[in-house]
Amino acid sequence: MSKRTDYLDLDTKDETFLDATELVLNMGPQHPSTHGVLRVILKLDGEKVLGTECVIGYLHRGVEKIAENRTYAMFNPYVDRMDYVAAVSNGLGYCEAVEKLLSVEAPPRAQYLRVILTELCRIASHQVWLGTHALDIGAITPLFYCFRDREEVLKIFEKYCGARLTTHAFRIGGCIYEAYEGFEQDCKKFCDAFLPKLDEYEELLTTNRIWVERTKGVGILNPEDCIALGVTGPVLRASGVKWDLRKAQPYESYKDFDFEIPTGVNGDTYDRYLVRIEEMRQAVRIIRQAVDGLPQGPIMAKVPKVIKPPVGEVYHSIEAPKGELGYFIVSDASTQPYRVRVRPPSFVNLQALDKMVRGLLVADVVAVIGTLDIVLGEVDR
Amino acid sequence: MSLTPLLRKIFLVDLVKGLKVTFHYQPPSEAITEQYPLERPVIFERFRGQPRLNSNPDTGESLCIVCNLCALACPEQLIVVKGERNPATKRKEVVSWTYDLSRCMFCGLCEEACSTDALELSQDYEMALYSREGMVLDQAALERGQEPERYAK
Repeated sequence: MSKRTDYLDLDTKDETFLDATELVLNMGPQHPSTHGVLRVILKLDGEKVLGTECVIGYLHRGVEKIAENRTYAMFNPYVDRMDYVAAVSNGLGYCEAVEKLLSVEAPPRAQYLRVILTELCRIASHQVWLGTHALDIGAITPLFYCFRDREEVLKIFEKYCGARLTTHAFRIGGCIYEAYEGFEQDCKKFCDAFLPKLDEYEELLTTNRIWVERTKGVGILNPEDCIALGVTGPVLRASGVKWDLRKAQPYESYKDFDFEIPTGVNGDTYDRYLVRIEEMRQAVRIIRQAVDGLPQGPIMAKVPKVIKPPVGEVYHSIEAPKGELGYFIVSDASTQPYRVRVRPPSFVNLQALDKMVRGLLVADVVAVIGTLDIVLGEVDR
Repeated sequence: MSLTPLLRKIFLVDLVKGLKVTFHYQPPSEAITEQYPLERPVIFERFRGQPRLNSNPDTGESLCIVCNLCALACPEQLIVVKGERNPATKRKEVVSWTYDLSRCMFCGLCEEACSTDALELSQDYEMALYSREGMVLDQAALERGQEPERYAK
């Protein structure tokens, strides 16, 4: 065995191999705080992060290609499996995009039902985010509280459409399931019970010293960078940009409801936390208004049994819990889409990771990945 | 630094507030966790579980009219229905009916396509098996319904 001398071949005499401080470290793909199978290659100087590179694709299933081999109605259940934490929002985006292509509109009752369910889904998604994000930083209690309260939302989903996670709740042209008996009461009961619970989460975290130390000033994104990177959703709003598709391009019946868009000031992890907490409050407000004003009538528009949209292309985006979720569909007048392209919010938001973590410590990378609220099923599709 | 934040810091007000929340649940008044095999969960009516083929309760005849709509609606093409016209009754009758449960994602499209209430996704949810062999269900298995595998000695 030859003696290793390569570490002695250094440029200057007084330098030793101990001075070689740059270290490349793989974080993931099997790392619990990357929220899935994300691999982040970190270049470190001691504890300090010099740069990162994300390696994605471990959960790639080719959803966009599957769409080309399915009819429009058949592809609907697959979109639930992209952002599986907010499956209802995914379904809404897809159904609306095809409806736009067909130039039909869902009846008012269906639109209200859709709004109620997507706002419930927003709460459920933010609860998963809060629980896991707090767990990453070191607070275990919020995880249990969030998942306990999320169960109520999932029960409403199960009662309404028969599944808890991959719901397949909406169909092209409206909803197929009529609100079950006691749907309104269940939603109201959830809203009443949830607000004190939300105060509890805040009591645990908002003023907690460790939480504030770990999140304030961590992962700052200024508004210009946000817009340049295409970041959307709560991450953008925490930087002070008041951009919410529910207000900017009202879809469904969002123009009927009175709600506010919470924005942050500093664009750090703490502000993103406050924005998402406030979004849950606004979601409760929307659900209450929608349940009170739920109109009677049909829940399905007139849609042909075999969906054959005219030749053309359409882009439609909605405000999913994580940001702008867009569907671009090209139709060649056959029963199957010629091309479906999904613009997932997590995928675009993940680009901001490198900008946010440069100069921070390794432990802050975990906090920043948590605050971006990514779901790898959606990043890789 | 004003006095109040300093005092709050010294007396650990934030920690005490947080602990108040957690101790407020002690002792727990309601148990959320289900003790699953002993305690059965409540399954709601619209739940999409194991598929079932219904038959007419009076005559015992299958309700399936071999229209093939479920097979056409399935995104995974896992339903195969073969039928033959009976010359005596002039009705189509099932020759073979298979449902590949291992590929099913329980989207419910087959159930919606069915024109006679024959195919239904039931409330049964215990579908775990040790091998994939038993996952292709034939007509008899679909009509019989759920038979959970016994694991106890």
